[in-house]
Amino acid sequence: MTQAVDDAAIESAVPAPDPMLPRPFRVFGRREDTADTVTLELRPLDGAAPPFEPGQFNMLGRLGVGEVPISISGDPTDATLVHTIRDVGGVTRVLAAAQVGDVLEVRGPYGSGWGVHDGHGGDVVVVAGGIGLAPLRPVMLRLLAERSRYRKVALVYGARTPADQLYADEFAQWREHGIDVETIVDRGPAGWRGHVGLVTTLVPRIDVEASQTLALVCGPEVMMRYVARALIERGVPSERIRASMERNMKCGVGVCGHCQLRQFFLCVDGPVLDYSTLAPLLDVREV
Amino acid sequence: MADVKDVVIDVAGLQSLIDLLRGDGWTVRGPMVLDGVVGQGEIRSVDDLPRGVGDEQDAAHYRLRDRGDDALFGYVVGPQSAKSVLFPASELLRRVRTGTGSAVQPEPPAKPEPLALFGVRSCDLEAMGIQDTVLLSRSAVDVHYATRRAATFIVAVTCSDPGGTCFCVSMGSGPDPREGFDLALTEMLDDDGHRFLVRAGSDRGAQVVERLPSMSVTAGDRAAAASVVESAVGRMGRYLDTDGIRDLLYDNAEHPQWDDVASRCLACTNCTLVCPTCFCTSVEDTTDLATNTDERWRVWDSCFTSEFSHLGGGSVRATTKSRYRQWATHKLAAWWDQFGSSGCVGCGRCVTWCPAAIDITAEVAAIRATSLSDAVPSQPED
Amino acid sequence: MRSIDQLLREQPFFASLDDDALALIAGCAVNRHARAGAYLFRDGEPADTFFLIRHGRVALETHTPTGGSVVIETLDAGEVLGWSWIVPPYRWQFDARAVDDTSIVVFDGACLRGKCDDDPRLGYALMQQVAQVMLARLQATRVRLLDLYGVPL
Repeated sequence: MTQAVDDAAIESAVPAPDPMLPRPFRVFGRREDTADTVTLELRPLDGAAPPFEPGQFNMLGRLGVGEVPISISGDPTDATLVHTIRDVGGVTRVLAAAQVGDVLEVRGPYGSGWGVHDGHGGDVVVVAGGIGLAPLRPVMLRLLAERSRYRKVALVYGARTPADQLYADEFAQWREHGIDVETIVDRGPAGWRGHVGLVTTLVPRIDVEASQTLALVCGPEVMMRYVARALIERGVPSERIRASMERNMKCGVGVCGHCQLRQFFLCVDGPVLDYSTLAPLLDVREV
Repeated sequence: MADVKDVVIDVAGLQSLIDLLRGDGWTVRGPMVLDGVVGQGEIRSVDDLPRGVGDEQDAAHYRLRDRGDDALFGYVVGPQSAKSVLFPASELLRRVRTGTGSAVQPEPPAKPEPLALFGVRSCDLEAMGIQDTVLLSRSAVDVHYATRRAATFIVAVTCSDPGGTCFCVSMGSGPDPREGFDLALTEMLDDDGHRFLVRAGSDRGAQVVERLPSMSVTAGDRAAAASVVESAVGRMGRYLDTDGIRDLLYDNAEHPQWDDVASRCLACTNCTLVCPTCFCTSVEDTTDLATNTDERWRVWDSCFTSEFSHLGGGSVRATTKSRYRQWATHKLAAWWDQFGSSGCVGCGRCVTWCPAAIDITAEVAAIRATSLSDAVPSQPED
Repeated sequence: MRSIDQLLREQPFFASLDDDALALIAGCAVNRHARAGAYLFRDGEPADTFFLIRHGRVALETHTPTGGSVVIETLDAGEVLGWSWIVPPYRWQFDARAVDDTSIVVFDGACLRGKCDDDPRLGYALMQQVAQVMLARLQATRVRLLDLYGVPL
């Protein structure tokens, strides 16, 4: 009597654990960065946090509530998982309210990284706007760790006001390690001595050789378009400009279909894409 | 695969096939008339099959008709495909009892019921292959689809009476099943009797053939079976010119035809529901306080909904125009870049089941006729 | 000690003007220095000067009821400041404060208008430069109005 389907056949059909099942992580540290942004430090309840590449993200969630994609903003050499979360409602509100001791759920890391090593031997320009510095912070830390492998390294960071800047307490250390940090705000309080204006206005002033530059850009999509344009006008080749794109994500592993930007699944082919690929897509409305 | 010859069986032989599969532990699921359509249900007897039933299909039109003969497969696809069982509309991903401590142990997925899918058309077979690529062959395997797929036996059927919205020939996916099945049947109803040519497509299919009460295939049978296919090829209801279609749709993102479609499209998501290759899903986490249970469900989703592309400030695809364009461009163009094939198998369901009678083949032809692309210049139909 | 002509020749803003044109304009200019914190001009004062920043930084500010002076824009070396000399009523709309010790070249507005009237080709060339800078500032200001870092768009 032949049996229809045996257990071995079923087991061999499923090679790995279900990628849709998360791991629990406990909140060990919480810092309120700005009025609507917090940074959480997380450690798994069991085992170690998986290694990640700067630019990758996790699906971060709370049991029974839901998950959202959040870039990893910590040190790639550190065992603690760090996420900077902006409260824009929904699941992010619940995550931003997490306190030390709370358990959150993590799936990942997913996505393509910044690939900053492609800048070895040349100049690197990092342009961040608002919360966009969070996915770039791991890059800054890697640049610090292997500073001698690059020539000039510059960070240009735009925010609404000085109070809205992320990680401002680290800038002095970054400068000490040979990174040119220029910050600019939309509005400066009384006595402000730094730059005030649009972040693109600093692009012509960065001291790098454009043709030898790898540029990494992250921020609101409109800002990234104008920054990329300014970088191209400066002579940075568009295939050497990388932007981190954002779309709705439900699975993070390329099967739910939500994050598609035409043929690209941003969770698998991105979120970091080079600008020569992106430029024609960003010109089409609602693509 | 063991070198098993094709055989011919009669209607009694078909009943034997059903009995054999059931005896082996398969639940046989196949076409039956339900609620005025050819739907899917459990088949225990040949009498459960839609004997003498035919279908009339056109844009926004589906009717069953009396064929006036005894053909058991004389219709084509109804609204459901294998997707309904292999990739169900809701799939439980995990269930967790809360309040049991910090360790969260999900319940393991239930073992799937072994299913023999009976009467699968070649377009749907092709669609299963496409879903295999999407859900099994990439870095993340969908464990539930994989498990269900491993527990299926496929009995495919050649289409003898293509519907008014069929265009499998344009998409290279039919009307004759070529691979991916365990058994393939071609129904013949002529002066030589009501019989079926049976081909084995796998080892286990061959093992079943060996156990069937069968007759050897005559030259007449071969000719009759070939003519079923030839006749079907010549009676496609629709045609889609796929030449350069990827660049055609990529380059025509601003074509006015999209606005025209948008004035008719209701964004009702019917097309994505009936399409056998659509795979978009959402994940829903729910909490039941009464039972202290948290569940994570995978549910079908559609790119036609306003929330599908929701970001912090709103939806990226806010207009019906952009969503129809996304669906058509993904299905016919981007799919090539993503998966190395078209996403469309020409089953015609999206045309039949669209309440606004939108015909994807006509929309593409309209764009092609006045293409804005240099790479694929306009080609007005003769 | 370089002449004003030579100083202006180094500035990208004047790169497209020929030497004769530059010499004409230089006749309207003087070198000035402003200590950090000093005001170059205040909102509402008569405005008949055009500034070019050689070194340092200038902040444009406006006064608010509860926020004190808010900085709207900063300008650095090589940038120009002041359009109010071109069109009446020739009044400043903002405060301008030197953030650092700043060297500036100050052009007399009436003098510049006179030179442009006498030599329309010079006037046209100068206006083209001015228009280019104004356009860039306008575009940047428009993007800033989107408040991209605020509630997501």
